[in-house]
Amino acid sequence: MKTMNSQINIYKTAKGIRKSSPFGVVLHKEMADHIRSWRFIVLIGLIILTFIGSMYVSLGNIRSAISNTNDPDHTFLYLKLLTTTDNSTPPFHVFLSFLGPLLGISLGFDAINIEQNNGTLTRIMAQPLYRDNLLLAKFVSAMIMVGTLFFVLTLLMTGGGLILTGVRMEPQELLRILGFVVISVIYVGFWLSLSIVLSIKFRQAATSALTAIGIWLFFTVFYQIIVNLAIRSILPDPSFLSQDQILRYNEFILDLLRIAPNQLYTDASTTMLMPSVRSLGPMTMEQMAGAIPAPLPFRESLMIVWPQVSGLIGATAACFALSYYLFMRREIRS
Amino acid sequence: MKDPIIQLKGLTKCYGPQRAVDDLSLNISKGEIFGLLGPNGAGKTTTILMMLGLTDPTDGTAFVCGYNATSNPIAVKRKVGYMPDSLGFYDNMTALENLKYIARLNGLSENEIRIRTSELMEIVGLSSVMTKKTSTFSRGMKQRLGLAEVLIKQPDVIILDEPTLGIDPGGVQEFLTLIKRLSKEQELTVLLSSHHLHHVQQVCDRVGIFVKGKLLAQGNIETLSADLFGHMGHVVSIKSAHAIPQPWSLQQELEQWEAIKQITMDKETIVFECKENITPALVRFFVENGYDILGVRQKDYGLDDIYQQYFEDIN
Repeated sequence: MKTMNSQINIYKTAKGIRKSSPFGVVLHKEMADHIRSWRFIVLIGLIILTFIGSMYVSLGNIRSAISNTNDPDHTFLYLKLLTTTDNSTPPFHVFLSFLGPLLGISLGFDAINIEQNNGTLTRIMAQPLYRDNLLLAKFVSAMIMVGTLFFVLTLLMTGGGLILTGVRMEPQELLRILGFVVISVIYVGFWLSLSIVLSIKFRQAATSALTAIGIWLFFTVFYQIIVNLAIRSILPDPSFLSQDQILRYNEFILDLLRIAPNQLYTDASTTMLMPSVRSLGPMTMEQMAGAIPAPLPFRESLMIVWPQVSGLIGATAACFALSYYLFMRREIRS
Repeated sequence: MKDPIIQLKGLTKCYGPQRAVDDLSLNISKGEIFGLLGPNGAGKTTTILMMLGLTDPTDGTAFVCGYNATSNPIAVKRKVGYMPDSLGFYDNMTALENLKYIARLNGLSENEIRIRTSELMEIVGLSSVMTKKTSTFSRGMKQRLGLAEVLIKQPDVIILDEPTLGIDPGGVQEFLTLIKRLSKEQELTVLLSSHHLHHVQQVCDRVGIFVKGKLLAQGNIETLSADLFGHMGHVVSIKSAHAIPQPWSLQQELEQWEAIKQITMDKETIVFECKENITPALVRFFVENGYDILGVRQKDYGLDDIYQQYFEDIN
């Protein structure tokens, strides 16, 4: 037995001069697949169209937005570019809260089940590759694609803005925009990992896609309605409540709404892109008293959105853990 | 007996109340070609999946190349090449890319990959089409690509699940010859599952008959038939040029023979069941009595009969 082992070792060292890990190999292949797929091209097209559309609108209105001295944020030209709108179209970050899930879902809904249906999963799993590496590669490859796409877009935007306006960019603005991109990528990551879970759970790609879209619709449309309905029937009439109680209830309602990932994302991205946002909950008169409406420093804004960001990361991790749990001891049969 | 390279001990797999594999124990030694033979749904694929750690056994252990397949599947998968029954390839990639992907997953260096892929494509006879997408491949071509993929990791053991399914007879012949040749050249241990008796009969050193999760018998074809049909002795049928008259004058004389157990007649064919092989003596007897013999046939028991026998037991 011992001699056999040493033989194996010699064989191995002789074999590997330039050897990449199985994870790297799968990652490489998955990314190549994404780049070549029509689906990704369509999605890129959609995102870029959205981006150009919202940029066009905001560039048209940028002069009035910048000269509006009542707005404490009016000095941040580049943040204004991302958030200004003439109300004909929503600004880019709101658009993204719709499109982000779509991007995540469409990149992940058939991650595992299509391999199973094509009979490639058995073959891949018969290779010396850990199962979690396959899942992770699927996730990371899509994340890299999305991250690159978003970074390229924002860099294009800032570069274009620099050329068009000639205004110097504040370091704070850059940090905020990068922060916004990171939050957006995490948001897409949540939907991606959710759809990977569904792709493991359901053998038909169509079922998993529909379920993911159903969850997305539920959170964007119905969840708020349901929360409102429930609250109206349960909570006491506000006219009989003291100021303090109303505040507490409001806080409670907001917390409920924040279960929805898109609410978390909207909160976080708004705070990142609008430096004057001081709190995401209601504030009392005492808290407001003496406050000058002025932009917060980047660090403070980051502190405000931190719970939101960690919530998103937590939800992503939970989905991912679930997908591990479902996939690890499962029978791989085609 | 040499150290077994595949060792299954009391392997059991239950799906709910149904026992797909029931207390299976089996040893396969190095360099052997073993055929796992059984009807559909006998638990062949489940057994194979358990050997590769692709599903967990309810009970028992599977050791392959000295590793426990359930707790250490990666080590097993480094040594074992597996070809599943329904082969799928990435349709948007060419055959060569598919093969290279698997090679990379097995940690081969780029240099090695280049050499080995072209070598293997040559062996399996796909050199001319290796830059075509696999979506254009026929079943037989996919099967051969699957074999190349199994071999690229330089395995010690190869497991083929229904390798002959859906290939035309010529292709099957070619494929089996290839497997046999490779096994002899590279000292490969081959485990082959099939419900096609003849294919198994052609290449396997040993077969195991597997019905409803149980291994009913194992051994080479001769031992199996000896076990099963030993009590039936030798059977010789002789065909005469003319119909044998009824009643037959010579019958009584023949019944005196010690070795003959039973004589049955059907027009010109006479079938003798004997305790030992007395074919020459019988032929001489017929010739001496002036009969023209058209044919003499000694009955051998093939897998067909063996298989049939076991199925009868089950049903």
